[in-house]
Amino acid sequence: MTRRVFIVNAALVATLTVGAASAQQVLINAGGATFPYPIYSKWFDEYHKKFSNIAINYASIGSGGGIAQVTAGTVDFGASDGPMTDAAIKEFQDKRGSAILHFPTVLGADVPTYNIPGVTASLNFTGEALAGIFLGKITKWNDPEIANANPGVKLPSNNIVVVHRSDNSGTTYIWTDYLSKASKDWEMKVGRGTGVNWPVGLGGKGNEGVSGSIQQTANSVGYVELAYAIQNKMTYGKVKNAAGEFVQASLASVTAAAAGMKEMPEDFRVSITNPPGKGVYPIASFTWLLIPSKISDPAKKKAIKDFLGWMLADGQKMTEALLYAPLPKAVVTKELKAIDKIQ
Amino acid sequence: MSVTAPTALPARPSGRASAFWHRLRSGDDIAYVITLTCALTILALAVLLVFELFRNSALPREKFGWSFLSGTTWDPVVGQYGALPFIYGTVVTSALALLMGIPLGVGAAIFLAELAPTKISNGLTFLIELLAAVPSVIFGLLGIFVLVPALVAIEPAIRAVLGWTPLFSGPFYGVSLFSAGVVLTVMIIPFIISISREVILAVPTEQREGALALGATKWETTWNVVLPFAKKGIMGSIFLALARSLGETMAVTMVIGNEPKIHESLFAPGYSIAAVIANNFAEASDSLEKGALIELGLVLFGLTIIINGLARVLVLSTTRKGAS
Repeated sequence: MTRRVFIVNAALVATLTVGAASAQQVLINAGGATFPYPIYSKWFDEYHKKFSNIAINYASIGSGGGIAQVTAGTVDFGASDGPMTDAAIKEFQDKRGSAILHFPTVLGADVPTYNIPGVTASLNFTGEALAGIFLGKITKWNDPEIANANPGVKLPSNNIVVVHRSDNSGTTYIWTDYLSKASKDWEMKVGRGTGVNWPVGLGGKGNEGVSGSIQQTANSVGYVELAYAIQNKMTYGKVKNAAGEFVQASLASVTAAAAGMKEMPEDFRVSITNPPGKGVYPIASFTWLLIPSKISDPAKKKAIKDFLGWMLADGQKMTEALLYAPLPKAVVTKELKAIDKIQ
Repeated sequence: MSVTAPTALPARPSGRASAFWHRLRSGDDIAYVITLTCALTILALAVLLVFELFRNSALPREKFGWSFLSGTTWDPVVGQYGALPFIYGTVVTSALALLMGIPLGVGAAIFLAELAPTKISNGLTFLIELLAAVPSVIFGLLGIFVLVPALVAIEPAIRAVLGWTPLFSGPFYGVSLFSAGVVLTVMIIPFIISISREVILAVPTEQREGALALGATKWETTWNVVLPFAKKGIMGSIFLALARSLGETMAVTMVIGNEPKIHESLFAPGYSIAAVIANNFAEASDSLEKGALIELGLVLFGLTIIINGLARVLVLSTTRKGAS
């Protein structure tokens, strides 16, 4: 151990004396979304193992925090589960004098999960049914909107107890974004956001709070992240996609949702809920790194650009082990080109 | 207690020693300055806190004015914020906690200080003080995994007795204002017990002996002599308990249901100020929501001052009555 340190030190001294700055220590600070934290910390760790002079420190402080910190310039790049709004982008430009770039990294999805005594089948949900339930218009499990999608399942006439997230989160953004597309009524009355004014229901803190409340409350329904549902072996329902199929969420059907987007905008700020195409799961979203288009420190700039290239190639192979859906090929190709925008 | 006066010291006259003695004698001044600095630091912290809360909540104060306090809608999508459901939830859960916690806590303190054998009393007090050190998230987890299912199980019994009042009407999902009140009760009891016990123990033995000599029974002595003597200290323990319950975050948010609506039933879900700040601050969607959450902090500060003030007035009036 001591010997190795000695050799490394000797090598360092050697490079320094030669005058090459190639082994210069680069410390990069980043922060933001909590949802992709496990894969990000895996990536930054693997990357550090590969290039020991580059260390990326990531604080999972939440998407809102990520946007605020990158705008304030206290981190080198941010991360968010929702794309920045036009107003937030303008604020960034006013404060930092350059543009902010969005780079999708992985995909996440929300699944409906429920606890109905006597029902073990994986239920089918239409968008109308989910919107109706969360609006408080569909109040009983045997409502025709639910029953018609589930022939052969004996649904009770009990009142539905709705459970949603109480903390603002990207998970809620994906869910309400989907409901807004599935139901005009929802879009008008509630809308989309990381937190909304819920018409009905109990609030649980975090995925664990929602799933805890569902497990303990008979006849309840709520939504959690796909990865959380898989890890905890929860039963979750299928959701009807735009092509009319009831699809079970899986990493493949989530990646397919992103691939289904025919027109990817140049800035990657796009909602992929309820996309067209067969076999796609409709309640999914990208999560993004937020990178300033101008990075003044050349060492940091190179490190970040190199990392992005690695993340889009080798990094994508590590996603499925941690239950994140990888990016579709078309998006990877487009992103590799976009790296050149960082100057 | 006899204290040997340090008269021996100045008997050794040497230049250096007398200078030292002089400084030591003016130690009063040093102590005064040091303790004054400490007190001013606390004051400055409080003022700074209010100032920062006030400064950072400018946006919602301009937009909503006083209607922020009476508003009942919390909608980040359209940018509409009102604090009333959170104020209601905070006050109701704290009131419930005090209602259940005061008799339990003071009762236990009386037993431990006046009636229990010393060995048992010391052992129990140690355990109770341990309870006070348990992190609140643990109480929250116990609340959601143990208390909530237990309450669901005994809910029919409560409803059978008290179901006729609107306070215990409507459906019960386990998470509710009532559950939050029960968890808070458990959390504040250690404060009430350990402080009240100390205060009761500090009542001079002569007081008890006097009452007993006049023919009072043990309980009459405790009730009519010891408790009135210890009243101020017991009130102090209750203030501390109240402060903890008003500001409690994690344990409350896990069992209150987090629904920003005003229901008269205690079985219905609610929301508290501290809980909504903890839930939403990290992911606040824009500066207006962040400002509104900070203004809620200011409201909680004001609420604490008002409630403490009212409680103090109550104490003063009852103390005078007791004295006359």
